[in-house]
Amino acid sequence: MWYENLRSIYYIALKDMKTYYLKPPAISWGIVFPVAWILAFYLRNPRNFEELVPGLIAMTILFSTTAMEVVVINFELRLGSLERLLLAPVSLSGVLFGKILGGTIFGLMITAVITLASVLSLGLFSVNIIYLLLILLPSLLVFSSLGALLCVLVKEVFEAQTLANLPRFLMVFLCGVFTPISNLPPVLKQIGYILPLTYTVDGIKQSFGSVGDIAIAIDILVLFVLIPILILPATRLLARRFV
Amino acid sequence: MVKAIEVAGLTKAYDGLVAVDSISFDVNAGEVFGFLGPNGAGKTTTIRVLTGLSRPNAGSARVLGYNISSEIVKAKKSFGVVPEQSNMYDELTGLGNLVFIGQLYGVPSRERQPRAEELLKTFGLYERKDSKFATYSRGMKRALTIAAALVHKPRLLFLDEPTVGLDVVAARSLRAIIKRLKESGITVFLTTHYLEEADNLCNRIALLVKGKIVAIDTPASLKSMAEEKPALEVSFKVPLTKAADELGRRLPGLAVVRADDKIRIYGGDADVVLHTILGYATENGTQVASVSSLKPSLEDAFVKLTGLSPLVMVAEKGGR
Repeated sequence: MWYENLRSIYYIALKDMKTYYLKPPAISWGIVFPVAWILAFYLRNPRNFEELVPGLIAMTILFSTTAMEVVVINFELRLGSLERLLLAPVSLSGVLFGKILGGTIFGLMITAVITLASVLSLGLFSVNIIYLLLILLPSLLVFSSLGALLCVLVKEVFEAQTLANLPRFLMVFLCGVFTPISNLPPVLKQIGYILPLTYTVDGIKQSFGSVGDIAIAIDILVLFVLIPILILPATRLLARRFV
Repeated sequence: MVKAIEVAGLTKAYDGLVAVDSISFDVNAGEVFGFLGPNGAGKTTTIRVLTGLSRPNAGSARVLGYNISSEIVKAKKSFGVVPEQSNMYDELTGLGNLVFIGQLYGVPSRERQPRAEELLKTFGLYERKDSKFATYSRGMKRALTIAAALVHKPRLLFLDEPTVGLDVVAARSLRAIIKRLKESGITVFLTTHYLEEADNLCNRIALLVKGKIVAIDTPASLKSMAEEKPALEVSFKVPLTKAADELGRRLPGLAVVRADDKIRIYGGDADVVLHTILGYATENGTQVASVSSLKPSLEDAFVKLTGLSPLVMVAEKGGR
C-alpha cells in the first residue's frame, strides 16, 4: 500500500512539473521575481553582494515553491481533475503530497541554478554542502507545504494568490533576507522568529560560513518540525471538500 | 449470483439536505445496472459515495467485495469511473493522459503505452493521440475520459451520465461502446436520465426519485408494471369514420378509442377482439391494414411508478 502511494506521489509530482511549472504564473513568480530582486540588489550594491546571497537563495526558495503551489489545487478542483486523482488508488494525503512534491522539485531546480550561479560567480567555495542541503531540502518542503495550505484555505485561485502575498512579503522583510533579524525592533524580531524563512536564511548564512543568530541544528529541527505542522491541516482542509 | 455492488441503507446528506435516503440494492457481476432519475435525484451522489469521493452518513456498501469505508483504496484498483465532467488534463495529449492514468493505477511500464494506444484505437482517437486534450471536441473528450477509466482493465465501470451533452452520433457511438463493454463481461453501473438509453442498455434499472429508490427490476418487468390491460391498435386500408363507435358497440365492456387514423382497443380476449375487427372490416368493404399489440414503454412505467412527468427527465439537462 505505502509503495503504491509513493508511486502515485511521484507520478503526480512529475505530471505537475510537465503541466504547470512552465506556465506564466510559475515563471513570473518562481523565476522572474527572485531574479529581478537579485539583480536590483546587485546593481545597488555590487561590492557586498555576497552578504545578500543567503537571503536571496531563501527568497528564491520561498517564491519558486509557492508560485504554482498556491493555485494548483484549487485550479484542479475547479476543473474536476483533482477528483480524477482521487478516483485512483491513492490516498487523499498521497495526492496532496504529490502536489507538494511537484512544487518542491520545481523550487529545487530554480534554487539549485541560483545557488550554483552565486557560488561560481562570487567564488563562495567555502560553502558547507551538507549544512546547505540540510537547510535547503526541508525549506523547499516547508514552503511548498505552506503554498498548499494557503491554497486549500480558500476556494478561488485568485484568492489564494492574494492570500499568499501577505506571508510572502512579511517574510521577505522580517526574516533577515535583506536586514539581519538582530537589527530589527524587538516586536518585529519576535514576529520574525515565528516565520519559517528566518530559519532558512539563518541556516543558509551558516552554511556559507557566516555567524548566525540561531544554532544551525535548531534551524534544521524547526524546519523539519514545520513540515507536518503545515501538511496536516492542509490535508484536513482538503478532505473537508470531499465529505 | 456474484455481487459486484452491495448497498444497504446508504444515506448521504449535505448541510441537512438528504441527497440519498437509505437506499439498498445489489448489482450482479456482469450486468449493466441503470440508475435512472431526474436531476437532483441522488444519482451522482450515490456514485460519489460508492467510489470514495464522499463519505456516507449512514448505511454500508461493498464494491467488488471491499467495504467502501475501510478498503476504498483497494477497491479503486478494480473499478473505473467516468465522471459526468470530462476531467482529463488539458495540457497533456490524449496518449499522455492515458499513460499518466496507467502510471497512477500501477499498470506495468512496458504495458502502458501499448494499452493506451489500443484504447485510443478502440475509441477512434488514435489519429489525435498527440493532440492536447484541450483541443478535443466534446465527444472526443468524453471518449477519452471513458478510455481513461479502462486503462487498468477494471472489472466494474461507473458511468455517470455518459452521453449528456453529446450530439446524436457521438451518443450513439458511446452506447455501442457500452454494449461492447457489457459483452466483454465488465459490470457497468450507469446513471442516466435518458429513459430510452436505460431501456436499451440496462439489464436492470433502479428508479430513483428524491434520494429514494422507488423500483428496481428489469426494463421488461418495469414496463409490465405499467401495463394495466392488454391493448391492440388497428388500422384499416380505408379509414372508417365511425369505426371506434361501432367496434365499441360490438365489444361491450372494452375501451375503444380513436388515435389519429387508428383505433385502440383495451382489454378483452384477443381472439374475440380480432374476430370482431375482421368481421367489421369485411362488412364495410375494407381490409385491416395493420394490427399491433400495444406495449407500455419505460416512460409509461416511469410515470406510473414515480408519479413524475417524463418531461422532468429531458428538460433539466437539455436532453434529447
